[in-house]
Amino acid sequence: MANSLSFFARRAWVNLRSDVLVLPSRTVALAWAAGLLLLPLLRDDPYLLRIMAMTCIFAVYAASWDLLAGYAGQVSFGHALFFGAGAYTSALTSLELGISPWFGIVLGATVASAAGVAVGYLCLRLRGSYLSLATLAFPLITLGILFAFPERSGGELGVSGLRSLFASRTANYYAIAVAMLALVYALWAIADSRFGLVLHAIRDDEVAARASGINTPRYKLAAFAISACAAGIAGALYAHFMRGAGPSTLEVGLSFQAVIWGIFGGVATIYGPVVAVFVLYPLTEWLGSFTAFGELRLLIFAVIVLVVLLFMPRGLTPWIRDRIETPCPRCKGPSAAWRATCRICGVALHHVPRAPAAAPAPPALTDPGTPRASSRLP
Amino acid sequence: MLQDILITGLVNGGVYALLAMGFSLIFGVARIVNVAHSAFYMLAAYCLYTLLTYTGMGMGLASLASVAAVTALSLLCYRFFIEPVRQHESAVLIATIALGLIFQELMLRLFGGHYLGIPNALEGVVTLLGVTIPYQRLLILVIAGASLAAVWFVLHRTRLGLAIRATANDLEVANLMGMDVRTVAMATMAISVALAAVAGVSVAPVFVVDPFMWLAPLVTVLAVVVLGGLGSLKGSLIGALVIGYVEAITVFLLPQGAFLKGAVALSIMVVVLLARPEGLYGVAFEEER
Repeated sequence: MANSLSFFARRAWVNLRSDVLVLPSRTVALAWAAGLLLLPLLRDDPYLLRIMAMTCIFAVYAASWDLLAGYAGQVSFGHALFFGAGAYTSALTSLELGISPWFGIVLGATVASAAGVAVGYLCLRLRGSYLSLATLAFPLITLGILFAFPERSGGELGVSGLRSLFASRTANYYAIAVAMLALVYALWAIADSRFGLVLHAIRDDEVAARASGINTPRYKLAAFAISACAAGIAGALYAHFMRGAGPSTLEVGLSFQAVIWGIFGGVATIYGPVVAVFVLYPLTEWLGSFTAFGELRLLIFAVIVLVVLLFMPRGLTPWIRDRIETPCPRCKGPSAAWRATCRICGVALHHVPRAPAAAPAPPALTDPGTPRASSRLP
Repeated sequence: MLQDILITGLVNGGVYALLAMGFSLIFGVARIVNVAHSAFYMLAAYCLYTLLTYTGMGMGLASLASVAAVTALSLLCYRFFIEPVRQHESAVLIATIALGLIFQELMLRLFGGHYLGIPNALEGVVTLLGVTIPYQRLLILVIAGASLAAVWFVLHRTRLGLAIRATANDLEVANLMGMDVRTVAMATMAISVALAAVAGVSVAPVFVVDPFMWLAPLVTVLAVVVLGGLGSLKGSLIGALVIGYVEAITVFLLPQGAFLKGAVALSIMVVVLLARPEGLYGVAFEEER
């Protein structure tokens, strides 16, 4: 028994060393996940836990935008619709029907997915900027309808008085953090699978993808549904964490936040938007906690985004990734940038300047004196 | 009621046309979705307020100065924040979002979040077909009409306009024909923002001035431009009138109209897009492949 336990432990350690610790990005991801889970044990500060829980919720939201916009190329400006649909559905069903928060989250995700399919269906024929600007409309239409029926939706104040998921603060944090890790991993796995590859193809050249026998409308609808489902879960978690849902969950501002986080972190990576949220959200909250900066929070946020983009137009994580990892020229696998050879196939990673050849250069194949050679273009 | 709808729709349509034309121009020439477009409209209103309150300039002079100042500012923003990232479409997009947010927050810091009022340029009302119209609204209409005519003149009767239309039509060929595409883009940005600033200056006395006044027109303008067809000026004009009238009809006829006007206008846009994915007058871009 003890023998087999130690065997598994040793095997886990070998796997960890050979698959995770060899790459700086994987090491950082592991440390980050461990840090999130250990945080409440290290510091039980209510403010910190609250900020980190909100960060986790928005990380799911931003990552779900990336699946739709970065991979499938359906750059949605109305992603808040799915967040808001999840938030309002779970809030209203728990308040009006008194169902459990967990079932409310499932319902919220279902309604958000349905909204995703509906929006995707309406936008199937649109592309590029038309699609972006048309999707911007849907959350605003929903918001207008909610405002027109204030007795059910609470109008501008929204609905409040929800139960939280758990009574204890730490349990709430763990629920959200674990949900975030699971959802982001799921989104990443989906994006890394054959499905994600098809989405890449659709984004790069939809006509060619269709010509290769891919049912592009079905894949686009699936991307809308999956992305909306994740955003809806984030919205429902938000509603139960904030114990209410308001018009801010449907506003243009929140839709644009997804775009900013996504592009700031680097599109078509899934981890990029997550990194962006984990950098920008706590940073703005921390700056906002100073009274001198409180009013300037959004201003500083915008300036940081603008300046970082001027230097890293492809986003934050691709820039960092290129600094710490090099793709192998032969097998395309990533290796740490400081290695001399590829960790998978052993080929030399960096172009080493060849030592000066001892022998004189071989004679040119064509005689430079012949007319044919002189007529060649330089 | 009918006359109210007719007049309100026409005036709002004129303002939307001013904003949408500029937005459409810069999109057509440089493929920039300038989210900060209506932020320049807000800046012009603030600039006018500042000049009127603190320098004692006349209305006309202050308006001209505001338009000029905002246009110059837009050129600086273009040169330093948009042009360096032109190669990356998504970076341009969030650069403009960030610019809009920066302007909003700066105005919030400088002037506070409360509503500011600007006196009318012309006082008094005129009664037309039994509807009393304040002179200021007529003035907006006249300014909108004159600006649109001026834009038409520049685009169709000058060499610069020819260059702008050629660049919008095919950037690479225009470049090969020896046009300085960069200067054309700068000039288009200037014209586009000048139109937005004219709109801001002329509506400032009618609407209230506050740092968030750019968000509502932004959404409407996006709806107008998509409805009419991205990059099409005729489409923007017709789309602006359609949206202006649809909003007026919703506000006057439906019970919860004021809340629903945006929703109805956007629904019209969605319906049009379902029938014609490239808008009313848009061209389907072949090069999108």
